[in-house]
Amino acid sequence: MAEVLVLVEHFEGAPKKVTLELLTLARSLGEPSAVYVGAGYDNAKAVLAEYGAQKVYIAADGELDNYIIAPKAEVLAQIVGSASPAAVLIPSSPEGKEIAARLAVKLDSGIITDAVGVSDGFVCDQSIFGGGYTVKSQVSKGTPVITVRPNSTPPEPSPATPVEEQVAVSLSDAAKKAKVLERVSEKKGGRPELTEAEIVVSGGRGLGSGEHFALIEKFADSLGAAVGASRAATDAGWYPHQNQVGQTGKTVSPQLYIAVGISGAIQHRAGMQTSKTIVAINKDPEAPIFELVDFGVVGDLFDVVPQVTEQIEARKG
Amino acid sequence: MNIVVCVKQVPDTYEEKKLSDADKTLDREGVEGVMNELDEYAVEEALRLKEAHGGEVTILTVGPEKAVETIRKALSMGADAAVHVVDPALHGSDALATSYALAQALGTIQHDLVILGVESTDARMSVVPAMLAERTGAAQLSFARKVEVNGSTVKIERQTDTGYDVVEAQTPAIVSVVEKINEPRYPSFKGIMAAKKKPLTTLSVADAGIDTSKVGLGGSGTSVAEFAARPPKQAGTIVKDEGDGGVKLAEFLASQKII
Repeated sequence: MAEVLVLVEHFEGAPKKVTLELLTLARSLGEPSAVYVGAGYDNAKAVLAEYGAQKVYIAADGELDNYIIAPKAEVLAQIVGSASPAAVLIPSSPEGKEIAARLAVKLDSGIITDAVGVSDGFVCDQSIFGGGYTVKSQVSKGTPVITVRPNSTPPEPSPATPVEEQVAVSLSDAAKKAKVLERVSEKKGGRPELTEAEIVVSGGRGLGSGEHFALIEKFADSLGAAVGASRAATDAGWYPHQNQVGQTGKTVSPQLYIAVGISGAIQHRAGMQTSKTIVAINKDPEAPIFELVDFGVVGDLFDVVPQVTEQIEARKG
Repeated sequence: MNIVVCVKQVPDTYEEKKLSDADKTLDREGVEGVMNELDEYAVEEALRLKEAHGGEVTILTVGPEKAVETIRKALSMGADAAVHVVDPALHGSDALATSYALAQALGTIQHDLVILGVESTDARMSVVPAMLAERTGAAQLSFARKVEVNGSTVKIERQTDTGYDVVEAQTPAIVSVVEKINEPRYPSFKGIMAAKKKPLTTLSVADAGIDTSKVGLGGSGTSVAEFAARPPKQAGTIVKDEGDGGVKLAEFLASQKII
């Protein structure tokens, strides 16, 4: 079977869940080879084997972490050149999509982003225009470069004993143009990442102020959920911009999406419409969000949210 | 500091978008076209840099005739000149092909910096800035929520999922911006009048040195096999809160085995 490359997305060596999803997906398409770039491989080794990597390419040079995007694209292009894989799968994160972009230009290959499924012949399922259409598309030129959205494939272990291959990299000058001077974390609490979360609770205009987001956070924490916000809320400065869900923010596709005080304008729907189960709490029974819901509560969020949070906590015992 | 801002005309964010049955591309005729919202931030950032450091701001668009409306808007905000690459051969170009056309057109304009929005609100791929950097050899400074220019050094705060990275490069550089970066100005009446007199250069693919075999539906690296509109969602259960809305919601979540 042909080799399928999977770029490992990791945080200090710990592979993100989407990497395990991609390895699982790659097993259905060919022989998965993980590509690990940067320091910290020892933290990733066991997990990559558990999820069925037949081979792991390791580019561990510390210099690779000093620049954004371009070095990873160079490493991938180098491996594609020597291994001639059937395709390259990359997580559909902002960074992953940019790596894929540069790789596609290097290879003069077609690129498909935000696939939600990939089947035989690397036919990709995409959900476009905010979930308004489903599309089947294919790369028609070169080695397919495909980015796959988190939560597209349930990760399943399939232990393997991967062959490890160290990749010697000599970065071109072009790859060393954008130098990282500092990495700053503004992350609050231990909540899951928005695009990877199984459950997302989002707040909107109905909250009326930034302080009231504490209600949303408490509700989210009772469910182990990530916190999102509508554009109205991020524009007002009530919640950080990187948490915005919608057409000008992030697209999420969790098992459960709960919209609180969000009317559901197309701008917002475009970022959450493909969620498996949708719940809304809004005082306006005419709010368009109710057209999307599996379950909706028409009522004052300041009554409903504390009550449901309390109920969930009580059920946990 | 001469700056090129790449702008794209997209269907109005607040309208439903449709695919054309004929060639499986986005129907751009049947909808109101607006400047891609994220590009408004790019225009604004370019104008602010110009105000601080001098130089010229040139708008670059690859797109159909109709896209001239978007170019006019950028000029009325205060850009100095514009280049519009318009040619039937470009119809159906995917990101790979579009980035090639843009890169070729950039070659016709003297510049130190290229600024654009991180993604368009129609395709939402967010790959064109990185592709332009790869094609032109300029430094990639993408997802900027803050830009600082000091001589030929450009420093940005690159937004990440967990915070930001401080990234620095020398010009020439490709900068993509997120919406948090600034508050775009509205065109003034004076600006709108002045825009009509500003130089607008129209280039065909031949003028821009674009090889037609690398653009359009034929020159693209991807193809759409089939598509289907999403079936309407079945109506869900909606309850009115009568003091027990939270209880009922918890019961629903329990019935779905979520809690």
